[in-house]
Amino acid sequence: MAAATSSGSGNLWRSVAFYAFIAFFLLVALFPLLWVFKMSIITRAEIFASPPTILPNTLTGTSYETIFSDARFQRAILNSVIVAGVTTVICLFLGSIAAYAIARLRFRFKSPFLTLILAIAFFPPVAIIAPLFVQFSQAGIINTYASLIIPDVVFALPLTVWLLVAFFKELPFDLEEAAKVDGATTLQAFWKVIVPLSAPGVFTTAILTFIFAWNEFLFANTFAFDISVQPVTVVIPQFATIYTVDYGAQAAAAVVVTIPLVILVLIFQRRIVSGLTAGAVKG
Amino acid sequence: MAEITFEDVKKVYGEDVVAIQDMNLDIPDGEFVVFVGPSGCGKSTALRMVAGLEDITDGKLFIGDEVVNDVPPRERDIAMVFQNYALYPHMNVRENMAFALKLRKVDSDEIDRRVNDAAKILGLENFLNRKPVALSGGQRQRVALGRAIVRDPKAFLMDEPLSNLDAKLRVQMRTEIAKLHNRIGVTTIYVTHDQTEAMTMADRIVLLKDGIVQQIAPPQEMYEYPNNVFVAGFIGSPAMNFVKGHLEKDNGNIVAAFGEARVPLSREKLENVDLDPYINNDVVVGIRPENIEDAEVVENPEGTTPITVEPQVIESMGNEKYVYFELSQAEKAHMESLAEEEAEVGGEDDDAGELLVARVSPETVAREGKEVRLLIDSSKVHLFDPETEEAILQ
Ligand SMILES: Nc1ncnc2c1ncn2[C@@H]1O[C@H](COP(=O)(O)OP(=O)(O)OP(=O)(O)O)[C@@H](O)[C@H]1O
Ligand SMILES: [Mg+2]
Repeated sequence: MAAATSSGSGNLWRSVAFYAFIAFFLLVALFPLLWVFKMSIITRAEIFASPPTILPNTLTGTSYETIFSDARFQRAILNSVIVAGVTTVICLFLGSIAAYAIARLRFRFKSPFLTLILAIAFFPPVAIIAPLFVQFSQAGIINTYASLIIPDVVFALPLTVWLLVAFFKELPFDLEEAAKVDGATTLQAFWKVIVPLSAPGVFTTAILTFIFAWNEFLFANTFAFDISVQPVTVVIPQFATIYTVDYGAQAAAAVVVTIPLVILVLIFQRRIVSGLTAGAVKG
Repeated sequence: MAEITFEDVKKVYGEDVVAIQDMNLDIPDGEFVVFVGPSGCGKSTALRMVAGLEDITDGKLFIGDEVVNDVPPRERDIAMVFQNYALYPHMNVRENMAFALKLRKVDSDEIDRRVNDAAKILGLENFLNRKPVALSGGQRQRVALGRAIVRDPKAFLMDEPLSNLDAKLRVQMRTEIAKLHNRIGVTTIYVTHDQTEAMTMADRIVLLKDGIVQQIAPPQEMYEYPNNVFVAGFIGSPAMNFVKGHLEKDNGNIVAAFGEARVPLSREKLENVDLDPYINNDVVVGIRPENIEDAEVVENPEGTTPITVEPQVIESMGNEKYVYFELSQAEKAHMESLAEEEAEVGGEDDDAGELLVARVSPETVAREGKEVRLLIDSSKVHLFDPETEEAILQ
């Protein structure tokens, strides 16, 4: 905040411009969310008003009543939580073991290996969707949680590994050695020193993985046929009858499914940013 | 408590990075040994092999009577203080110190008692509930020491524990560590690249260069009788002056001649050395700055050799002055083994590398640019072979 530290009227303008820019940036970034939120609390008539209103005129809870009285939506949220949750747990378990090894061990072809992992993340999912469909059908797991979780894990794991490698590399090596000299086994050193210290990194990674899986649409839309497994991303567009689309209900559903993510980030934000490792070494 | 023995210990990293070459060393129980040497000489490697953090390529390492080559760190019962402290940031001071004891399943009353004792010794009583992040550098250093002393281990290993502290605190902690050692008497290996720390703290110094032990001796002995040019140049500050000289016979005396100076060598020193092969040959003459004094302040010039020089720079330290000068017609010897050191030091003052230095009384009459007579203490002159750089007269 260099702008705020100096005095004089020229600087006043600079700090006004500074905050005006921040406000503008926030507006642009948040506009889609704000617009969806507005749509979820106004009447159907206002949604279709032309020209559209900027601020909501009529407030109503109908859209929220619609979605919460709809059993499909509740089931879809449960499905999303299960798919994203299991994906996150699997990714973190496999990812942390792999990342710890990559960060700490010296072995040949480490960087080609990391590049390969990253390449998988960039592979276009559309390209494998047809073969996967055939294989999942033959294996008899089409339209089950497994058919969503498996591709989610495949595409989220590279992200998880990369993030965790970065976090583990930051941890001071000495601490592990200190623990060993203090009498800890490798496993004790890992559980009592490394794991508590990497908690912020692991939380961050978990949240990003969870969001990734929560937002996944392509595989879900293809491999899940009915409401027993369909997650919210697939169910939201279905708030429509043959004749009309219920935009208000869709908007309300979108708001509702975003809230868990926001809450997650808010809860763990302090852990994420708190430099827990500070003070281990002269900083 | 235990003794530590290196028997032909060798360490090779990867295929061909030799970090320690056939090291032999016997550290008796309770001794305070300092490993010293320039950066990259293998001090840390040697220490980490004792800790078990680095495996041993060849040779045997004993702690007590036991060969520990294949014993994991946690079973060696040694405590280590790391350069950057390596405190556990998620634990408070008490937990940091208790960690090793908890792992050993010591009962909690005993843990409390030992932690409180250590805290008292180190003046940490008021910080026991703080996290490391809320401590100053000196306090963190003390916690690191505390973590070592609560354990009552067979040996302490310290890897440059003071190098992150400011100069004043460093001197203070130096004394505290020395006091601590006197009090608990545990065998200690202390690693540093600072010769002053080595001189002041050690019972014995092990001086390393490029993974090879150059000399093992008590500080005073190493200062007075350096084995070679490298040791002579490393120990002592400012460093010893080296000039190219020539050995001659003069009326039955052997003299070391350089420039106009002709230093007669003292007979006692010559008793056990055979200088014949060097007569009429080149040698390297080593003179410590403190063995050159301003002629005006010397009362009894017997046993000294005069030189007349023109000081270029004079630095006052308060209790003494450093006089930098060139010696006419004499060439400063550029010793290969010291080349790297000089390159590092020479950074501040390009000329200093070419100049000799005398450490004289503050009453000196020497002025920059004005000729002055200095006296070299003839009995303190060292001679080295210009090829091997080994000492021929210590
Ligand atoms: N893991 C490693 N792999 C390969 N070479 C290494 C490794 N660790 C150290 N070395 C090399 O071994 C030599 C000795 O290293 P060491 O860390 O023991 O030096 P040091 O005397 O402690 O130096 P400093 O004063 O800078 O800490 C150096 O040349 C270093 O480059
Ligand atoms: Mg080192």
